[in-house]
This record gives sequence, C-alpha cells and structure tokens, in this order.
Amino acid sequence: MSPGSRILAIVPAFNEERAISRVIAEIQAVRPPVDVLVVDDGSSDRTREHALASGCAVVSLPFNLGIGGAVQTGFRYAVVHDYDVAVQVDGDGQHVASEISVLLDVMHGRQADVVIGSRFMERKGYKASFARKLGIFVFVTVNSLLLRKRITDNTSGFRAYNRKAIRFLSENYPQDYPEPESVIILGKNGFSIEETAVHMREREHGQSSIGAVRSVYYMVKVLLAIFVDVFKEPNHR
Amino acid sequence: MERVQIVSVLLGLCLLGIIFQLIRKNRLLEQYALLWILSALILLLMSAWRDLLHKLSALVGIYYPPSALFLLAILCGMMIALHFSVVISRLTKQNHTLAQEVALLRREVDALKSVKKS
Repeated sequence: MSPGSRILAIVPAFNEERAISRVIAEIQAVRPPVDVLVVDDGSSDRTREHALASGCAVVSLPFNLGIGGAVQTGFRYAVVHDYDVAVQVDGDGQHVASEISVLLDVMHGRQADVVIGSRFMERKGYKASFARKLGIFVFVTVNSLLLRKRITDNTSGFRAYNRKAIRFLSENYPQDYPEPESVIILGKNGFSIEETAVHMREREHGQSSIGAVRSVYYMVKVLLAIFVDVFKEPNHR
Repeated sequence: MERVQIVSVLLGLCLLGIIFQLIRKNRLLEQYALLWILSALILLLMSAWRDLLHKLSALVGIYYPPSALFLLAILCGMMIALHFSVVISRLTKQNHTLAQEVALLRREVDALKSVKKS
C-alpha cells in the first residue's frame, strides 16, 4: 500500500461477545496500523462493551439490520472519516487478520478497486459441506458467466475496498446476503475485482449467518437479486 | 333497479364513506387513499350502470357479467396490494438508512462528549 494510506477495518458483529475482543486485538496487531470500527448490529449481549473496552471505535445500530446493513454502516463511516481503504473482517474470528496485508498488497500491486480473500484459489484447509459446495459452485458459475471473469469465492466476506468502491458501496449495498450480489454490482459498474488466496478458520463461537435449512432460501433469494441486477440500470457514480 | 344493484351500490357508497371519514380524521394520507377511492368508484359505476358491465363483459368475452365485476374487484385489490409492497419497500430502505445515520450520529456525539470532558 502507498505509505500514509488510512486504512479502516470494518468488523460487523452480532452477538459476538466471546470472539470480538480477540478479533480486535488481532487486527490491532497488524502492521501497518489499521483503525478498527466495530459495527454492533443490534446485539443483545455485551458485544458493544467488549469492543469499547478494546479501545476501538464502535457504532451500535438501534436494531438488527443484517450483515449487509451493518457493513454498509461501516462504509458510510469510512466516507465521513475520509479513509483510503476499508477492509471487512468478520467479527466471529474466522478471518485471519494478519492477512489484511496480503489483500492490501494485491490491491496496490494490481491496481484493483476490490480485493477478495478467497478460500478456494489454493487448498488452504477449508472444509465445506455438500450443500455449501453446491452453493459455491452455483455462484461461481453464475457470476463468472455474468462478469466474464472467474471469481472463485463469491461468499467470502474478507475483502478490501479502495476509496472509489467505498463511496459507491456506501450508497449501493445489498442488505440480507450481500457478498455474492455485491460482486455483480461492482463488476457491472466497472470496478476491477481481484482475488487472492487466504486462510480461513472454522468458526469457534456463534452461528453462521446461514443455517442449513435456510441455505435454499438464501440461494434463491440471492440468485433472484443477481438476475434482477443484470436488468437494472447502472447506478449513478 | 334490481335488489342486487341497490345492495352493491349501497356497499360501494359505504366504502367511499369510510375512506372519506378516514382521510378527514387524518388516519389515511391522501396519497394512499387515491387508489382506494378509484377502486370504490369503479365498483360503484359498474354496479349502478349494468349496461356498461354487460358491454364490457361482451367486449372481453366474459359470458357471465357478474364475474367481470369479480375480476375488476380482484384486480383493484391486487393493484392496492402491489402499491403497498412498493411503499413498504421504500419505507424499509428509509428505515435502514435512518438506523445507520442514528448509529453514526450517536457515535459522533459520544466522541464529542468525551473530548469535552477531558
């Protein structure tokens, strides 16, 4: 990254009191230093208190908006506070914070607007269930066809965005299951997307935002949103 | 006028009366009442002026004119329901934006307060 860039780590967290302190500490240990913003998505536990105790900025939503609304709050914060780069790091500890620098290097090296940390570019020990593999396959196929560029990990939330992308997403970010859809929106609006291989941990606490039963609903809904996006007029930049 | 006509005209007038009353008492905004008033007027017109209903049915090939009336009523209902979905979607978006703004502003206020204290 160019020296002097101001970097914000956006950490969406919903009832993550057991994991959040460790996640924050891990990000605070990253060099070059990164500011941390925890977006507490209407948690009913002590996520906010734990995050405040770690000395980072905390924004608490008055009620649960879902991951998309939470991350978008982070983009808005990044716009207001004039950050150059925003990195999304999930509050459950599955992303490896030390790999933020990997994303930043790729962003700088390949002049990308968006860098996605991918679990699937190399086999780095991520195990997935059959349903999940199917979903992953569907998104890879659909998004590759629509964008004519192969994105191997459309559901990864471990991503870095530059100033231009932050500004755009602060106005246009899907709400419920934003990751696969945002790839399409970004690609369609001319942002350059790159991927790089990263590790991901098995989650230790809390539940995935997608349970087994809801994965079908998830897929239908996201696919519908993606197909609708194709016919939408390009958003204003 | 046949009995069924009198009943349906009365029902239509009732609906109109209720809508006006709701607007008058500020419990229904005009913009949302518009579709309701339009629907009530269409149904009223159709029940009062049977000839129109018969001609309309013949025109689109409905053999049993009352079913044209049902069709109209259902279409009106669906139009209103769709309108509501549009309105709800807009409100949901605005609600999200408001929640985000409130959260960000609260954070700014807290930051300002702690600066003031020190």
